[in-house]
Amino acid sequence: MLRLPPFTYHRPKTAAEAAALHKEHGKQAMFVAGGTDLYPNMKRRHQVPTHVVSLQDVPGLTAIEQLPDGRLAIGAMVSLTTLEKHLQLLRDYPGLAHAIAEISTPLLRNMGTIGGNLLLDTRCTYYDQSHEWRESIDFCMKKDGAICWVAPGSPRCWAVQSSDSVPVVCAMEAEFELVSTEGTRTVRGDALYRDDGIEYLTKKPEEVLTRLILPKTGGWKASYLKLRRRDTYDFPVLGVGACVWTDAGGVVTKANIRLGGAGSYAIPATESEKLLVGNQLTDELIAAAGTAAMKPARTMDNTDLDVYWRRKVAPVFVARALAACK
Amino acid sequence: MSEPNKVLETFSVNGEPHEVAFLPHKTLLEVLREEMGLTGTKHGCELGECGTCTVQIDGTPVLSCLVLAVDAVGKDVRTVEGMACGSGLHPLQDVFADLGAAQCGYCTPGVLMAADALLRDNNSPTREEIKQCLAGNLCRCTGYLKIFEAVEIAAARMRGEDAQPSEESIYGAR
Ligand SMILES: Cc1cc2nc3c(=O)[nH]c(=O)nc-3n(C[C@H](O)[C@H](O)[C@H](O)COP(=O)(O)OP(=O)(O)OC[C@H]3O[C@@H](n4cnc5c(N)ncnc54)[C@H](O)[C@@H]3O)c2cc1C
Ligand code: SF4
Ligand code: FES
Ligand code: FES
Repeated sequence: MLRLPPFTYHRPKTAAEAAALHKEHGKQAMFVAGGTDLYPNMKRRHQVPTHVVSLQDVPGLTAIEQLPDGRLAIGAMVSLTTLEKHLQLLRDYPGLAHAIAEISTPLLRNMGTIGGNLLLDTRCTYYDQSHEWRESIDFCMKKDGAICWVAPGSPRCWAVQSSDSVPVVCAMEAEFELVSTEGTRTVRGDALYRDDGIEYLTKKPEEVLTRLILPKTGGWKASYLKLRRRDTYDFPVLGVGACVWTDAGGVVTKANIRLGGAGSYAIPATESEKLLVGNQLTDELIAAAGTAAMKPARTMDNTDLDVYWRRKVAPVFVARALAACK
Repeated sequence: MSEPNKVLETFSVNGEPHEVAFLPHKTLLEVLREEMGLTGTKHGCELGECGTCTVQIDGTPVLSCLVLAVDAVGKDVRTVEGMACGSGLHPLQDVFADLGAAQCGYCTPGVLMAADALLRDNNSPTREEIKQCLAGNLCRCTGYLKIFEAVEIAAARMRGEDAQPSEESIYGAR
């Protein structure tokens, strides 16, 4: 059996208490929500916290609440299954609801939470392996080693952003509410993430993600399109999140396109976005915006499927995601 | 770090109380199999990738390899051992056996637990709904068709219909 390493388990009753416990134990501590990312990682000894702080008893984290200004606040501990079936999410935020329904398997979605999905560890062919496997080729710099097996000359890790919700949530410019011992703060979209396979988050380790806050509906449409080998189980090896704002005449006023599964963060397809603004979303424009997304899709050979092909299909996936925003 | 101490807790498994001592970092799968002797729940990948360890907690199918046993205390845990109705098989088990929807049988406990939860919510699922429900349970033997068919027949029987597998399902096409 693959077993968890021993650890002390905590179940604090408030987010502030959870943050304080994490701070007290520093690098030895990690939060757990559904455990579907953390526990496999612990079994493979990628992450070996000796203090695991569960957020299951923190009240309020399972609530979905309409805010007075029209935004929708989703508690970090809401399960993916709850969200994929949530009528308001399906009606008002179909792009995000679709991304969530594409995650893993029904059994894992019963356990996994939206908070855990937004903070999912980055992935790599040379990292998501057993301890023995990694030891046999020698460890890489993401855990226990000094070299990057994907880009041996590289000073950094290129592990891949693999959450299905992140690209569309960033494209929508949704906000994240974070609680620490110092209080509560909010960061928006891309600002939570950074382009590094190891330090892929900007938040402090002891900060608890309490809520995902979705923007008010109206004037924009978002979509998500995922590429993977099997229609179940598999992580995205390309995940396009798109969000397009239009005026009353159908002219694009703003567009965000994020490429997941292509680098260590959800990469903005800036050239494609620029092409769209000020124009009607015609088929020709969508195709051109797709083509312009080839360049930022700088895939590396550290996920499933052929690296060149993944890059080649990025324009197609971007165009399809944009067409879904029409 | 010093080895942690065992904890003593009472679980409700298939409606019966089980008092067991176990280390607090053990998964429900480990405690079911190794402390309670309930080996009906199988272990495969232990990483969430196969579904054979599926059990129900408060009616929801989950992967026991990724649930801490301590988190299942105070909840209603159901395993394949609890499926039989008295001395008789559950309709799902009955059809799985008749149809050869269990071949090596290794995936079967997990498939049964997931299918049982589906039929509780939906007494006449479509083929597509059955496929979706079982999308987290890998089977290396059957090719899935017999499994889907077995769930359909069991659902029909549970609705009181006299559903039988087709000749072709049992003997193959002539
Ligand atoms: C076989 C398999 C297939 C999968 N396929 C996919 C897939 O296709 N797409 C996909 O996106 N994911 C996939 N996953 C990953 C995972 O199941 C999901 O991302 C899930 O949503 C993670 O949520 P969780 O609650 O289980 O996270 P956990 O494992 O509990 O936590 C994940 C990380 O976030 C941190 N964390 C969690 N909640 C908080 C919080 N509120 N505040 C601060 N930190 C927190 C934890 O410390 C940990 O580092 C798969 C996993 C498996 C095992
Ligand atoms: S990208 Fe390089 S350093 Fe990062 S996990 Fe993969 S092999 Fe390791
Ligand atoms: S043993 Fe739990 S999913 Fe494979
Ligand atoms: S019957 Fe052998 S794995 Fe399913």
